[in-house]
Amino acid sequence: MSATTSTSTSATVQKWKPPKLVLGNPSFHDVTDQISGIVERRDTPIWWWVALGISVSMAGAFFIQMAWLFWTGVGIWGNNVPVGWGWPIVNFVFWVGIGHAGTLISAVLFLLRQKWRTSINRFAEAMTIFAVICAGIFPGIHVGRIWVAYWMFPIPNQMAMWPNFRSALMWDVFAVGTYFTASLLFWYTGLVPDWATLRDRAKGWPKKIYGFLALGWRSGNSQWKHYEAAYLLLAGIATPLVLSVHSVVSTDFATSMVFGWHTTIFPPYFVAGAIFSGFGMVMTLGILARLVYPPVKNYITVKTLELMAKVIMLTGMMVGYAYSMEMFIAWYSGNGYEQFVFLNRAFGPYAWAYWIMVSCNVIIPQLFWFKKLRTSIPVLFVASIFVNIGMWFERFVIVLTLHRDFLPSSWDMFKPTAFDIGFLVGSFGLFFTLFLLFLRFVPMVAMAEVKGVMPEADPHHESYHHATEKEA
Amino acid sequence: MAANEAVAGTAHAPVVHGALAQFKDPADLMHAAEKMRDAGFKKWDTHSPFPIHGMDGAMGEKRSKLPWVVAFFAFVGFAGALTLQWWTSAEAYPLVLSGKPLFSHVAFFPITFAFAVLFSVLSTVIGLTFFIKQAYHHPVFFSDNFDRASDDGFFISVEAKDPQFDAQKTQDFLRSIGGTNIELLEEK
Repeated sequence: MSATTSTSTSATVQKWKPPKLVLGNPSFHDVTDQISGIVERRDTPIWWWVALGISVSMAGAFFIQMAWLFWTGVGIWGNNVPVGWGWPIVNFVFWVGIGHAGTLISAVLFLLRQKWRTSINRFAEAMTIFAVICAGIFPGIHVGRIWVAYWMFPIPNQMAMWPNFRSALMWDVFAVGTYFTASLLFWYTGLVPDWATLRDRAKGWPKKIYGFLALGWRSGNSQWKHYEAAYLLLAGIATPLVLSVHSVVSTDFATSMVFGWHTTIFPPYFVAGAIFSGFGMVMTLGILARLVYPPVKNYITVKTLELMAKVIMLTGMMVGYAYSMEMFIAWYSGNGYEQFVFLNRAFGPYAWAYWIMVSCNVIIPQLFWFKKLRTSIPVLFVASIFVNIGMWFERFVIVLTLHRDFLPSSWDMFKPTAFDIGFLVGSFGLFFTLFLLFLRFVPMVAMAEVKGVMPEADPHHESYHHATEKEA
Repeated sequence: MAANEAVAGTAHAPVVHGALAQFKDPADLMHAAEKMRDAGFKKWDTHSPFPIHGMDGAMGEKRSKLPWVVAFFAFVGFAGALTLQWWTSAEAYPLVLSGKPLFSHVAFFPITFAFAVLFSVLSTVIGLTFFIKQAYHHPVFFSDNFDRASDDGFFISVEAKDPQFDAQKTQDFLRSIGGTNIELLEEK
C-alpha cells in the first residue's frame, strides 16, 4: 500500500519539470567558457569599436559642453523664470529611475528567491551604476557655481556654515550618494568569484589584474559562508534603500508648495515609475546583448524576457493608476488651482508631451497581455524603447507643471536650447561608453550564481544521471 | 628562522603547506566533508565554484557572525547622522526657516536612514574581507590543478597547521574518502 503510494507520488514529481533557467545543457565548464570567452577574446569585434567611437564622441561632447556651462553659466539652458527646473532635473530623475531596476533585480528578486534573476543581475547592476553616474552629474552641474558644490556636504569650513538638513535637496545628495556606493559595492561583491574565475584562466599581466580584483578569492566554503551572509545582508539593505531613494527624489517635488507636486502619492508613484523605466532599459540592453553575443541567449532566455515583460506590464499599470488617481484627486479636492494644473497638463500647450507619456507608459505595455507579443523579441525591443521615451516624458510633464503657476502674468513657455538637447544626448553617450567597456572587460553574466542555480549544483540532485549512464 | 627550517626538515626540501584532493561533484564533496568533519580535522576547507547548500552542516561550521558587525555599524551610522544633524542645525548654525523647528526627527530621518545604510554597506564589505581572511597568498595556490576550483572543480584542502596533519597519512585519508588528483601543496 505505502509502496504504491510512494511510487505514484514520485511519478507525479517526475512529470513536473522546473523551467530551465539555462538553455543548451551546458556543463559548469561550458558556462565558464561561454561567459569568460567574451571577455578573453583578443579580436575585439568591429561593431564594438564603431559603437564605442560614437559613444565616446557623444560623451566627449558632454564634457566639452559642461566646460562651456561652467564658463558661461546655466543661462545656456532653456531654464527661465517660471520653469526654474528644466531638462537637467528631468534628466536627473530619468537616469536615477533607470538605475532602480538594477537594484530591484539584484536585491528584491534575490530576497524573493527568483532564480531567473541570476542571468540578468550582473548587467542590470552595471546599468544601475552607470545610470546613477549620469544622474549624479545633472544636479551637480545645475548648482550654477560649481566651485562651491562642496557646500552640499557637511564639511567644517572657515565660514562656520553648515548645510540645511531640512531641505529635500540635501536629502537627495545623501540618498543618491548612498545609493551609488551601495550599488557599486553590491556589484563588486557579486563580481569577486567571477574575477577569480578569470584569474585562474588568464596568464601574464591580466592574471595579476584579475588576481588583484578577486581579492585572493579561493572558493572555500569558509569564504562562501560569509560571502552568502554578506550577499543576503546587502540585498536586505538595498531593498529598503531602492524604495527610499526614489521616494526622496519625489520629495524634491512633493515638499514644495506647487500644485500638481504637493501630493502624498508622489513617493510610491515615483518608485513604480522608476522600476518600470529601469526594466525597460534592462530589456533594451538585454536584447542588444543577445544580438551581439549569441552565447548569451542561453542565459538571457526568451522566458527571462517574458518575465521582465510581465513586470513592465504590472508597473506600467501602477503608473497608469497613479496618473488617473492624480486626475481624480484634483477633481475631488475641489481646488481650482489643482484642477487647472491637470487640465493644463492634458489639454494645455504641452498636451502632446502628456499624451506621449500616456501612450508609451499605459497603452503600450498592455500589449504584453498576449503571450505571442511578450515572447516576440522585436515587439519587446520596440516596446522597451517606447517605455524609455515615455518615462522621460513623464518627468518632462511633471517638471513643466511650473510653466503656468499661480499668476497668469508670470506664465511662460519653456523652450529647450541646443545645449539642453546636447546634454541629454551627451549623457547617453557617457552611459553607453561605460556600458560598452563593461560588456568587453567584465563578465556580463554572474557565472558563479548561474552555476549555483543549475540542477547539477544541488548535492541532492539525483545525479549524475549522465555519469552513471556513461559508466553503465 | 632556524627553528622553522628544522621543523620543515632539511633546508633545501620544499616546505609542505598542506594537501589537496579533488572530488567529482557537489554530492561527493559533501559526503567527503562529512567524513573529514568526523575524522576531527580542524584546519581544512572545501572549495567549489559556487556555494553548496548544506555544506556548513557537513563541515560542522557555525553561522557567520557578520550580521552582528553590520548591525553595530548600522546603529553607529544612525546615531551619528542624527547627532550630526542635530548639532549642525540646532546648535552650531541654527537657521530659522518658515518657523520650522530646529530639531525635527521627521525632517532628519531621510539622511539618518541614508547614513545607517551607508555604514551597513561599507561594514558588510569591509567586514567580509576580514571574515574570509582575505589574502593574496595561500597554500592552495601552489597547486596548478586548483585553477579548476573557480570553474568546475570540487576540492578539499587540509593545511599543514592542522594538528592531525601528516603528509602521507592525510593523503591516504583523502584517497580513502574518494579524492582524486591528490597532491601536496609545496612551495616551488
